[in-house]
Amino acid sequence: MAKIAILSYIKRKSPVHELTGTTKLIFFIAWSIGSMVTYDTRVLVCMMILSIAIFKISRIRIKDISVVLGLAAAFVLLNNLFVYLFAPEYGVELYESRTVLFTIAGPYTITLQQLFYHLNMTMKVFCVVPVALLFIACTDPSEFAASLASIGVSYRIGYSVSLALRYIPDVQREYHNISQAQQARGIDLSGKDKLFTRLKNSVAILLPLIMSSLNRIETVSNAMELRGFGKNKVRTWYARRPMRRNDWLAIVSVLVILTVDMVVTFWDGSRYYNPFL
Amino acid sequence: MASPIISFQDYGFQYRAQAEPTLRHINLDIYPGEKVLIAGTSGSGKSTVGNCINGLIPFAYPGESTGRLMVDGTEAKQSSIFELSHIVGTVLQDTDGQFIGLTVGEDIAFAAENDCVPQDEMKQLVDKVAKLVDIDHHLEYAPHELSGGQKQRVSLAGVMIEEVKVLLFDEPLANLDPAAGRATIELIDMVHKRTGAAVLIIEHRLEDVLWRHMDRIVLMNEGEIIADLPTQKLLAGEPLMQHGIRDPLYLTALRYAGVEISEAIHPEHVDSLVLSEADKEKVRNWYQMQKASIHSRQQGEELLRVEDLKFGYTPDQDTLQDVSFVVHKGEMVSIVGRNGAGKSTLAKLICGFEQPASGRISMEGRDLKGDTIKERAERIGYVMQNPNQMISKPMIWDEVEMALLQSDMPKEERSKRVEETLKVCGLYPFRNWPISALSFGQKKRVTIASILVKRPQIIILDEPTAGQDYHHYTEIMDFLKELNEKGYTILMITHDMHLMLEYTQRAIVFSEGRMLADTTAAHVLNDPDLVKAANLKETSLYTLSQSCGIEEPQVFTECFISYEQKEVR
Repeated sequence: MAKIAILSYIKRKSPVHELTGTTKLIFFIAWSIGSMVTYDTRVLVCMMILSIAIFKISRIRIKDISVVLGLAAAFVLLNNLFVYLFAPEYGVELYESRTVLFTIAGPYTITLQQLFYHLNMTMKVFCVVPVALLFIACTDPSEFAASLASIGVSYRIGYSVSLALRYIPDVQREYHNISQAQQARGIDLSGKDKLFTRLKNSVAILLPLIMSSLNRIETVSNAMELRGFGKNKVRTWYARRPMRRNDWLAIVSVLVILTVDMVVTFWDGSRYYNPFL
Repeated sequence: MASPIISFQDYGFQYRAQAEPTLRHINLDIYPGEKVLIAGTSGSGKSTVGNCINGLIPFAYPGESTGRLMVDGTEAKQSSIFELSHIVGTVLQDTDGQFIGLTVGEDIAFAAENDCVPQDEMKQLVDKVAKLVDIDHHLEYAPHELSGGQKQRVSLAGVMIEEVKVLLFDEPLANLDPAAGRATIELIDMVHKRTGAAVLIIEHRLEDVLWRHMDRIVLMNEGEIIADLPTQKLLAGEPLMQHGIRDPLYLTALRYAGVEISEAIHPEHVDSLVLSEADKEKVRNWYQMQKASIHSRQQGEELLRVEDLKFGYTPDQDTLQDVSFVVHKGEMVSIVGRNGAGKSTLAKLICGFEQPASGRISMEGRDLKGDTIKERAERIGYVMQNPNQMISKPMIWDEVEMALLQSDMPKEERSKRVEETLKVCGLYPFRNWPISALSFGQKKRVTIASILVKRPQIIILDEPTAGQDYHHYTEIMDFLKELNEKGYTILMITHDMHLMLEYTQRAIVFSEGRMLADTTAAHVLNDPDLVKAANLKETSLYTLSQSCGIEEPQVFTECFISYEQKEVR
């Protein structure tokens, strides 16, 4: 069967995998706050380098997550485009100076300040994305639920999320089977037909897929209830691992990074680092 | 005698969405440590009885109940699904669906986690229960690394961790190949002996369950209990066929031969049968009489030829190798073997979903290589196991017409085709019905019709009767037989031995990606080496014919089948 690379747990041996789910979750949250708050280019550069380094350590390969990465890139591009279309002079306002490089048409000029603003914006996304992807790709889904519960999220929600993640491969397999059987009825899903026909034909797959997924949900929820899921406010976890030295190390370092980030960012009272003044 | 652990007292139940009660006047006591089989067709209410005991009714499926149901001394509806789960452990039919944890260990621990058992204690518990069902060497395994039988062990361990007093099995054999099914029954028996819990099995495959001793059989029909008798007594009575349950084959054969079935001959197991010399003589006489009347069918022209087929999902692992066979026009052939033997892969290669690494597939002498799925679909029809995986239109007519809409066929011609196909499939009276109003068997017909409408030369069906009781099984298979008699060539993937024996002349046997045999269906089951290698199971007819001193068991089996086809239907 063709392997479709989409986001799910990838089992490998690496220092990142060995951290507990709780550590990874705390790291992820602190990291996201850190990179969302700041527009300070110096901080962003450091964080981006660090996050790429962590990605390397995790032994996850680019091609494992290429689909999601592609989606993220497309989103960044679109975001940049629209920011520019609606606010071509935003960078100028922010950095209180204006260096025109060249003019496209009407109000649309390319300024050094606007480019710098876009660079910062893009870097922010590329600080968060690798860490977010790693959190999902390196956290055993069973531990995932345990880690959400450990920071106070209801275990019911945690478990639903982890079950959903877990069934992604199953649903993919099912989709593959159904689509083959429908093609064997002469329903073309390849690129030959017109877009509208293809859309119409894809219903031929989606409807049976939804029906079979609903059945699966019924079975699993019955099985869970029959074994006492939801009985108590809390539960214990078979898969939870104790915190080790590396876990504490990771948590302390992310908190240090966050603090440094905040201090540097707000030192001069502005979230923006301004090289133009 | 001790007081019953489960007691239905004039109990009735009606689902909220239904107009009629599903259960009526149920009176049934189950005592601690008993081993009881609840048998009946689908729709007889047997699964509903199970759901009442474990609390899914009324807590997950609401409805109105009358009378009383006591579970371990408390009234069930005043209890909760959680409290009941400490007394009754349920193993559901779908071994994949009920696998909640990501690994074996985690899944077994699930109930203990919900009970807030500390982790150290939990690990010890899991080890203990895993040992009990011999799965302790697989604690780190993920569900897809396990066989169907192993998954069943995990499900069983998962409910045993609670030290329940009743173990409830809802159709435990439905998704298993014959040998795995037999192993499951042995496992249940072992667990019963080791724990002393009461065991309730809900199943319609009577002979398979009776592979190990059962104390009692409760027979259900249309929501009522129509018999509640010790095993021997029930089997010695009226044939069960009239209630949609298949009698054990050896008993049917004895009846055909004119042997009277009484409790004295110990009808509960083929090995326990005590037959007098006179009875054996009757069987031999019947055999001699039938033997004269079997004749072989003529072969048609060659239709599909498969030569030296080789295929692997990954380059270094061959899923299939050295597969060669020929299918002739008008044949009905079974492809048998255990789960994962490569049967479905073969179908995918023929339909063009996957491309072989080497070898040739040709139809009427023309190599299919290079033909797309769509092109092949003009000549080869493929029907998936579960009709819900194929149906994508709300109305029957639309569903059947769908495949034709893709071609440039004019509307009149199209309607004519759909009409004809619906008539062939006996669906014409329902043509304007919504599909949701149909039974499972009828839905299966719709999916077959939606393939037939393209007039393929050969139809491949994946497990056409999986999970069906005898009544629906017969309905589907008789329909396929009818199609076959009308000239359609049919290839069936199955691990149902009855199906292979009764409906197909030929069987191609697979094991571990290799073709082991291509021979008559009766021969397959009478060759002990083949049976073992392919994870199949010999029928009880084999044992019976041996104990009666008949030297050619395969001919005896053939006699039995041809007699059934001629005289009984």
